[in-house]
Amino acid sequence: MTRNQWSKFSDRVFQAVGLFTTFFGLAVLAVLLYDVFTDGFSRLNWQFIMSYPSRKPEQAGILAAWGGTIWIMVTTALFAIPIGIGSGIYLEEYARKNRLTNFIEINIANLAGVPSVIYGLLGLAIFARAMKLDRGVITGGMTLGLLVLPVIILSTREALRAVPSSIREASLALGATKWQTVRYQVLPAALANIMTGIILAMSRAIGETAPLIAIGALTYIPFLPTSPVSVSKSAPFVNFTLQGFLDPFTVLPIQIFNWVSRPQKGFLVNAAAGIIVLLLITLFMNAIAIYLRHKNQKRW
Amino acid sequence: MKLDGSIKFQEKLIERLLFLCSLLSVFTTFGIIWVLLSESIGFFQKVSIVEFLTDTEWTPLFTNKHFGILPLLSGTFLTTVIAILVAVPFGLASAVYLSEYASAKARNIIKPLMEILAAIPTVVYGYFALLFVTPLLKMVIPSISGFSALSAGFVMGVMIIPMVSSLSEDAMHAVPSGLKEGAYALGSHKLQVAFRIVFPAALSGITAAVILAISRAIGETMIVAIAAGQQPTLTANPLVPVMTITAYIVQVSLGDTPHGTIEYKTIFVCGLSLFLLTFILNVISYKLRKHFQEVYD
Amino acid sequence: MSGETVFKIQNLNTFYGAKQILKKVNLDIPPKAVTALMGPSGCGKSTLIRCLNRMNDLVLNFRYEGDIIYKGTDLYASSVDVTELRREIGMVFQKPNPFPKSIFENIAYGLRIQGVKDRDYLSGVVEESLKRGALWEEVKERLNDSALALSGGQQQRLCIARALAVKPEVILFDEPCSALDPMATAKIEELILELKKNYTIAIVTHNTAQAARVSDFTAFLYMGDLIEFEPTGKMFTAPKDSRTEAYLTGKFG
Repeated sequence: MTRNQWSKFSDRVFQAVGLFTTFFGLAVLAVLLYDVFTDGFSRLNWQFIMSYPSRKPEQAGILAAWGGTIWIMVTTALFAIPIGIGSGIYLEEYARKNRLTNFIEINIANLAGVPSVIYGLLGLAIFARAMKLDRGVITGGMTLGLLVLPVIILSTREALRAVPSSIREASLALGATKWQTVRYQVLPAALANIMTGIILAMSRAIGETAPLIAIGALTYIPFLPTSPVSVSKSAPFVNFTLQGFLDPFTVLPIQIFNWVSRPQKGFLVNAAAGIIVLLLITLFMNAIAIYLRHKNQKRW
Repeated sequence: MKLDGSIKFQEKLIERLLFLCSLLSVFTTFGIIWVLLSESIGFFQKVSIVEFLTDTEWTPLFTNKHFGILPLLSGTFLTTVIAILVAVPFGLASAVYLSEYASAKARNIIKPLMEILAAIPTVVYGYFALLFVTPLLKMVIPSISGFSALSAGFVMGVMIIPMVSSLSEDAMHAVPSGLKEGAYALGSHKLQVAFRIVFPAALSGITAAVILAISRAIGETMIVAIAAGQQPTLTANPLVPVMTITAYIVQVSLGDTPHGTIEYKTIFVCGLSLFLLTFILNVISYKLRKHFQEVYD
Repeated sequence: MSGETVFKIQNLNTFYGAKQILKKVNLDIPPKAVTALMGPSGCGKSTLIRCLNRMNDLVLNFRYEGDIIYKGTDLYASSVDVTELRREIGMVFQKPNPFPKSIFENIAYGLRIQGVKDRDYLSGVVEESLKRGALWEEVKERLNDSALALSGGQQQRLCIARALAVKPEVILFDEPCSALDPMATAKIEELILELKKNYTIAIVTHNTAQAARVSDFTAFLYMGDLIEFEPTGKMFTAPKDSRTEAYLTGKFG
């Protein structure tokens, strides 16, 4: 072979190698999905969705788990979204370039790389022990809130940066204050991109297991946190309570982990069925995020 | 007409509030360091640092207690090395392919699909490693145990491929096209351009991606807790059960360890070791990325 | 020059970081007339006009020396409320920058942020402003459509109408036609001539023909220096400085 032919040949070979490596991950993904679905699909029924855990695999279900997941997600969202957006706005729109700002920025970049299980230790020592909130929903929610905060801050900043400065100038030139400009022009223009970031952050939080195990979340919970609204036959007929935030909880990934750790085949099938539910939620959220991002590309 | 005082006050108040929001992340960092340090100090009052760093056994939950971190470190490094051996070649090759060979249209389809790989909860990967990959490996290597560093590390590596691939691709993308065009003008082939021009030019960015991947593998918890085993052994054999630092934290957390005991403190010592390892790697990666951005901005 | 001077600029030096942009500029801007700030790119004309409504405050390392007196008070005095000031001194930018909202909401925004809620009053102002901005006839049927759907020229007239809605006394134009085609440019110039009856106008342009068409006074800036400031007719027929003459005859720019 001449040098040129050799070059052409190696070019072809690499093209094949590159194609293979690129699709390798996707192939594993396909196998994983196939494996989980064949293992667990037959177990997926109404009884499974609506039952509490049990010592008998065929009677066990994921009611407490998905109920707990909803509770934790709501708490995480209430905690992390306002603070994350607020801090993104501060850093992008208000902060002067100085050492404190620089320090905060490095800090956030670093926090994004801290292993999730360490957030669990933080939650255990601060929320569960020092603040005496124990293993309640609020402990779990705030722990995951701190975990996803850097993600929300970074995506908020990116979204705000994408809003052209001409919009800010136009608003300020009309005599709007800084906050009016942010509140009425910049935020609405960035909202779709901020939402994309939040959905991705929340979809990550839904799958998190380690930090919740570290704070001491229980693996066997045969009940749901107390409902915030209840109806009674006597006055005042409708009761509101925040007790649910202090109740112990479990979540889908912890329930799955618990079942995977058992030797009996029946529990492994349950784990697979639980995984299908968890994957459906995660993939659905990611699909929305990808769709939103796609829709909002190149608006300016 | 003057702006009335209440609007000015509101403006100041809002700025303060937003500032407080961004301070929370600083508190979080300090909180993490304080929590890990304060509990670890209690631990080191009972166990000497020398024992911690040199003892070859880790048995805090047994009656004959040993507190040597080496077995946990070896377990962590073993799974990490295996993961990196999978993630880096595959991630880099696919990054080169996506940035230099694939059409824009193909890239737009493949990249979101690869992101899904990174979005799957780690507990799902743990299930997959334990119940699919391990039995599959057993067919090839009959001596492999039910729990092993190989199985967990391999799956962890697959999970990290998209991260290596997309960060490296970003780095290669940032290489000025003038450099490439210059090489093509001299009659170079794609492969030559990719490996002799683009790859070296993007090297610090690619290194940053690899280091971040190592940090990610060290901190990964659920895959190793499920599929690598629960036995702290000082070994380099990928076919036997090992225990990582993270898996140990999970093991203790699942039990009911009373607050204040030495067993309770061990998880914070493990947390501190984990934090230091990942922190150092993250900082190196951050600096490399900054350096890389400065070169091509 | 008739009436009281609106802006009195005295010994103005400005800097971005260590770089000096304007050097000892002295200039008086008269009321109810069009003053053109003309010069090649990089001469500091945009910096100068952005000093007049303090938009330069937003620039990180902007610094100035000297005085700008607006209707007898120091523009940069600490007692001056910038938001209040910018309501009195409107601005139209190089590229049309409508908000990504409806036409109606674009015009109403300036009043809404002042707390005006009365829908009928807002509608009245929107109509009046669009009429003054010479856009009403084209958009009156679709006030709730997105402003981004308008053509470039229409968007720029919308931005002018938006500035008019807050009832300013001065309007600053920063190269308002640089992104527009000749037809749209003609419409904007026509509008500026109409507006000068009621407003004090300053316009930045690098286009000598445009300065000649719309302005009553022209200031020629070159590399941060104010070279010449004269009634437009006088400058264009008999420039005093050789650099002005060179610029007017197209030798550079």
